[in-house]
Order: sequence, then structure tokens, then C-alpha cells
Amino acid sequence: MPISPSDTHDLAVIGAGPAGLAAAVTAADLGLTVALVDAAARPGGQFYRQPAPGLGAARPQALHHSWGAFARRAARLDVHRAAGRVRHVTEHHVWAVTRESAHWAVHAVTGPDGAQGRAEVAARKVLLATGAYERQLPFPGWTLPGVVGAGGAQAMLKAGLVMPGQRIVVAGSGPLLLAVAGSLAAAGASVPVVVEAGGYAGYARAPRTLAANPRKLVEGAAHAATLRRYGVRIRTHSAITAVHGTDRVEAVTLTRLDRDWRPVAGTGVRVPCDALAVGHGLVPQLDLATALGCATRRCPDGTAALVLDGRQRTTVDGVWAAGEAGGVGGAELAVVEGELAAYDLARRAPGGALLRRRDRLRRFAGAMAAAHAPRAGWSDWLGADTEVCRCEEVTAGRIRDAVDDLGARDTRTVKLLTRAGMGWCQGRVCGPAVAHLAGETEPAAGRRLLACPVTLGELARE
Amino acid sequence: MNRRRRRTPAALVRAAPGPAFEITLDGRALSALPGQSIAAALWAAGVLSWRTTRQSGRPRGAFCGIGSCFDCLATVNGVPNQRACLVPARPGDAVTTQEGHGRADLTV
Repeated sequence: MPISPSDTHDLAVIGAGPAGLAAAVTAADLGLTVALVDAAARPGGQFYRQPAPGLGAARPQALHHSWGAFARRAARLDVHRAAGRVRHVTEHHVWAVTRESAHWAVHAVTGPDGAQGRAEVAARKVLLATGAYERQLPFPGWTLPGVVGAGGAQAMLKAGLVMPGQRIVVAGSGPLLLAVAGSLAAAGASVPVVVEAGGYAGYARAPRTLAANPRKLVEGAAHAATLRRYGVRIRTHSAITAVHGTDRVEAVTLTRLDRDWRPVAGTGVRVPCDALAVGHGLVPQLDLATALGCATRRCPDGTAALVLDGRQRTTVDGVWAAGEAGGVGGAELAVVEGELAAYDLARRAPGGALLRRRDRLRRFAGAMAAAHAPRAGWSDWLGADTEVCRCEEVTAGRIRDAVDDLGARDTRTVKLLTRAGMGWCQGRVCGPAVAHLAGETEPAAGRRLLACPVTLGELARE
Repeated sequence: MNRRRRRTPAALVRAAPGPAFEITLDGRALSALPGQSIAAALWAAGVLSWRTTRQSGRPRGAFCGIGSCFDCLATVNGVPNQRACLVPARPGDAVTTQEGHGRADLTV
């Protein structure tokens, strides 16, 4: 569909989470016209997910950190919207960004589930603030109802004020687990234990980085205090290696891990529970970026993230990125990067303090990523019949056959031989696990022609 | 009797939701609150699965909670493959357990 120059914004920001929101309001402060395109109905992304207005939550901040700063930024967004400087394009799921002769075209499907229609937004420059999704490592029983993503449990609690059970074990690795366990306990769940596959000693190996980030220490201490208040135990160097129950979770087996995350035989303990919230950190969402040709790098946590220069520019001219897309680092860093990108987009020099904060928080992100990076022995807890690809129901045994007997050495070949990664989620959930089983050493940034499902009818419509 | 207010998600954020309404799952009436997704309404009713897999017919429900895993696909008002964690519940919605790809009507 043709686009007139008057409809072309100075900037399209994709994603209204901490990075995108900060970038959009700062860019508008600096005089740019902005289209803030987001899949949700309200700003905040996954981090600042909030109950829908109909739920009448008087204190949504009870489920959030740094709510005040977010609320002020959201209020600035409202001012810019009213003044016509920012167009907040809600419930738009972006499936591709393409370079046209004189602008970038942002292609989206619309509606809560992306099933309502199709739309296009034009802009002279693009900022990708696409965030991240949770990394999952499969284990026996993880497809049983009652096993949910740790981030998923958090999202459902924040948005819908619901929990998957009454007695919820939280497991996996990474700092998100502490926040999730704290929220679930504060909301009334009994959380018998948080099970961390790594440990927290890794942070101590970066003492200068820690000392330079006192707010992170305070955050960690706050989580620890919350968990103490609700009597939540923390077990490090351990993992859930089995889930029990026929149609839903009745108990899990907690097993000690060695340094390489191999289960230590004979250490399994059965923990009764009716739900398990599990996750192993976050994976940057890069589909739009890689489709544009942006270069990626390997992060200390084994994920792929965008290569960015000091001004948040990707390797593709005209495309900036901020937040988790440049490497998982949390909301505080995302906000700083969003603001930095906005300064560069407006051709203004940011303050030195902002640059130093970004660098300091990036270093902390690196220490965090290293402390919780999955160790290679995790796959020893898989049984031959453990499903790895949830969509196509492909077991670890079939993937190992493809690798050992048929010579597959990468996710693409495993996919062709077994269908792992070929289903609805397009390998977002099983990707990291399949890559490990295939023996890939470099993380392949997801390459998906469409970043979200689009019907043939919508594609055919012009 | 413990008179202290029980900890609940709604109490935590001091929610005063609009009036509850009814949706159905396979004909069974369930209560939903305005603003809740279909998945949230089902969780609130203690329901964790509303789909069976294509190959082995195993039960599935919400997993990632943010629309990226597609495990929570449901048939809502006759339309299959809707992400229950994203689609808001509306009064009178008829959710049916989705079997396999949800397109049995197209089978020849």
C-alpha cells in the first residue's frame, strides 16, 4: 500500500518495554516524530506488564520494582501522544521490517492475537527494542500441565492476577527466579524452594563490577529479604530432573548437580507441589534484526545478541537497537540504552554520566550472564523419551539419533530430519536445547522469515 | 479462626475488578473477570490444560504466558489456534478443548 511522506515518522520504535518506551519519550523530547509500535495494549513490555484496567488494581506496583520511574515515563508518553509527537501503535505484532526507496516499512498484524488485520508503519529510522523471551532447557516431565515458564508465571500473575497452583516450586537459573518466587509468595502461593542450577558465587568473581553497581546489590538483598520473610529456601547447584503426576503436577524430583550441571546419582529428593515455574534466563529476540542483516555476537550466557557500537547503532545503516536485543542486561540498562539511542537518533550528544552508566551496567550484565550460563552437563538429565520440541513432540532420543546415526551437526539439519523446531513456535522454545544436542558451539541467532505468524490471506492482500 | 486477610494476587495489588461474567469451557460455565485473558480465566478456575497434542494427544495449556510458545492454543467461539494467553476473555466466550491442529472439519 502506498505511503505518503506526511505519514512517515522520523523514527519507528519497535517494542514498548523499558528500552522502547525510554527511547520513544526521549526522542520525542528531542523533537523527533515517533511511532511506538507494540504488541500489547499498554506500554511496559513484559517487565512492566500490568493488570488490564478492568481488574481495577489500585497498587500494581506491588508486583514491580522501580514502578515510579516507569509511571513517570508512561505519563510523558501520554503528553507526547496528546501533542501528536508520538503515535502509540498498540496491539501490532511486527512480522517484518523492510527497506523501501525512501523509508523503512514496518509490517504488522493487528489485534491481541495478531488475527484482526494487517497494517504498515513508515519511518525514516528504526530502533529495535524487541526484548527477550525465556530460555528453556527440557527435563523429564516438563510438558505436564502445571509446569510453566518462570517468566510465564510472572506474566500471568502481573497481567491476570492468577497463579498456576497453590504450592509452586521455582527452578532453573538466573536472577529472574528470585523475583518470580518473591512475587508468587507475596501473592499467596507457598513456594517451598527456589532451585538454582548455578550459584551466586560467580558474582563475587567480579568484585569491581559489583562495587560499581550498588543498586544491583540492593536489588539482590531485597529479593533475599522477601524470600526469607515467606520462608522460601534456596537450593543452588541443583535442578528439577523429574516431574510426577499423570494429568498435572503432583511432585518434582530435586537433584544435586556437579560443576558441569550433571545430576549427581542418588541425590534425588521428592518435593510435593502442584506447579513448577521454570526457566534458564532470557534469549534476545532477534528475528527482525537478523532478517535485516544485523550482525550478532556471542554473549557470556551462550545466547546471540546484536553487535552494537557505543551509540547503540546496529551494523545496518539506519537501524538502532536498545535493551535485551543487544545482550540480556535487565530493565535499568534497557532504559539507559533507549535514552542513549534516542540522543544519537536526534544527533545530540548524550551526557557522559549516561554513557558511564550504560558501560557499568553492561559489565554487570556480563558478570550475571557468566554466573548463570548453562553448563554442558545439563543434557545428562534428559531421558531418551523426554520431549525436547514441545510443538512437534520430538524426543531427545530422536534428536540424538539424528546426530549420532545420521550425522546432523546443527539445528537446521536436526529440524529437517526430525521436525524439531518446525512447529508453531518456530524453535523459540527448543532452539537452545537442540543446538546443544547437535553440538553447535556458536549460538545461531534465530532466522525466521516472519517474526510472528501471518496468515496467507494477509500476505496475499496488497 | 485466622481473621487475617488471606494473601491473594488481588489483595496484593488491591484490585477492585469490574463485575465477573461467564465463559464456558466445553460447555461448563466458568467465571472470568474483565481484563483477564482466556488463559488467566481458566487458571483462576483451576484449569491448566485446554488442548491435546497432535501426535500423542497429551494435555497442554499456558506455558510461556507471553504469546511466544503457542502451547496455549485454544478454540474460541469455533475459531481454532488462538493464543489463550493473549486473547481477552469476553462475556459468553465458548472455549472448547482443541484437539490436535483444531481443523478436524477440514479432514477428508
